[in-house]
Amino acid sequence: MRDSSNDRARDAAERVARQSYGKLVAYLAARTGDVAGAEDALSDAFAAALANWPEQGIPRVPEAWLMAVARRRGVDAARKRRTGALASGHVALIADEREAARIEAGDIPDDRLRLMFACAHPAIEQSVRAPLILQTILGFDAATIASAFLVSPSGMGQRLVRAKNKIRLAGIPFRVPERAELRERLDAVLEAIYAAFAEGWSDPTGTEARRRNLAEEGIWLGRLVASLLPDEPEALGLLALMLHADARRKARRDAAGDFVPLDAQDPKRWDEVLIVEAERLLLHANAMGAPGRYQLEAAVQSAHAARAITGITDWAAIALLYDALYRITESPVVAINRAVAIARSQDPVAGLAALEAVAGDPRLADYQPYWAARADLLAQAGDRAGAAEAYDRAIGLESDPAVRRFLQERRARLA
Amino acid sequence: MKYMLLIYGDEGARAHAPKESMTQMFAAYGAYTQAMQKAGAFVAGAPLQPTSAATTVRVNGGQTKVLNGPYAETKEQLGGYYLIDVPDIDAALSWAARCPGASVGTMEVRPVMDM
Repeated sequence: MRDSSNDRARDAAERVARQSYGKLVAYLAARTGDVAGAEDALSDAFAAALANWPEQGIPRVPEAWLMAVARRRGVDAARKRRTGALASGHVALIADEREAARIEAGDIPDDRLRLMFACAHPAIEQSVRAPLILQTILGFDAATIASAFLVSPSGMGQRLVRAKNKIRLAGIPFRVPERAELRERLDAVLEAIYAAFAEGWSDPTGTEARRRNLAEEGIWLGRLVASLLPDEPEALGLLALMLHADARRKARRDAAGDFVPLDAQDPKRWDEVLIVEAERLLLHANAMGAPGRYQLEAAVQSAHAARAITGITDWAAIALLYDALYRITESPVVAINRAVAIARSQDPVAGLAALEAVAGDPRLADYQPYWAARADLLAQAGDRAGAAEAYDRAIGLESDPAVRRFLQERRARLA
Repeated sequence: MKYMLLIYGDEGARAHAPKESMTQMFAAYGAYTQAMQKAGAFVAGAPLQPTSAATTVRVNGGQTKVLNGPYAETKEQLGGYYLIDVPDIDAALSWAARCPGASVGTMEVRPVMDM
């Protein structure tokens, strides 16, 4: 009996952790300026919950219970660590009775967006902004984040600690910026969300649970930002983009677990509910008349999704969308997709000519999709030797066995 | 919070600048300082003599060593500073961006330790 109440307490704590972690961290950090302190206080509170709830039962409002413990721990820790502004911030938290009453009732203000904007502040090293958001809002540990971003855990841990210190010491504010700065700062927030999603997305089979979770968490954050900033067309565009991609998750693998490229996928295996939601969001975003990178990328996905209804893919329209996207981003990745669209709407030679424009970019030397696209176009243009060489590079750069098999089959078909 | 705005620039270029541009820069700094005072952000601030006037001092084992020259030879040199008191780093960064020195050199914004 004891075990089952233990399990239930553990389940309740974990459920609350998952649903409220970011909200509770954001609430504490926004009021103290101390992200690491908020995280520590909360992890203490969760440990206390796991120890107490099996004995005393799950509280009526678990969030309020956790918050009360976390705030007390926060004050103690702040008193021990340092005096001055931070401790008084924690003390002010306890002293504010109206605030305490709100929390008692489970009515905790949602400061996650403010926390995200603090993490995405230009004073924070750019490469650590997305990991910082993932850690503070979703509670990912440094090792999980490091494995997702393919960097060393100790290096990631140090950078996260430094960034949190910077937020505290430099006085980075927890607020949604004014209109004038919002767009620029929002870019960093959206970029972080997209990075999380893309990292998760690169493991389509979902064999690595951590990565799959990243894609889900990316969508979850995207939904959060879109709901909190419903008038920002790019926030809606990003969510539409992610939902379109997610709608095709299952179709990316056949029954044997082999990779299926987009143009060979069976539209019947796409998730219609997600596509409809994505289309609605994109329409709404476009109506605001402020196009941007994510809306354009979502429009490309929308053009692909249209095949479910029309039976064909409008490659000329997709090439035009990539034109516009390339003008905004000048991204070599966009240039590759643009070249492929040109090849499909005109001919492989035109596509190769478009690809040639970015061939010298050093970032592409170890970028698998570049070599795979190049190989495909060379093969279509009849240059077997060139295609074989490019396939070899693509195969050598691929880490996903299913995609590697797919490329090897294509190469074998050349002969 | 208090922030130190450190103004870095090429003092060689400043020494060779034509007189009108120096006058203009001087006036711009005057207006900037005044705006800071009116906004209640200004605590202190001053330009510094060039690094050719700098002297370094170090005490090693009770021995005081005095050397001619700055602490480090750099491409851009510390040429002045402001100490400001503003709510957060966003406000400090806005003031740093408005500094006339920001458009010819580099501003370093450092939070001042609360003692």
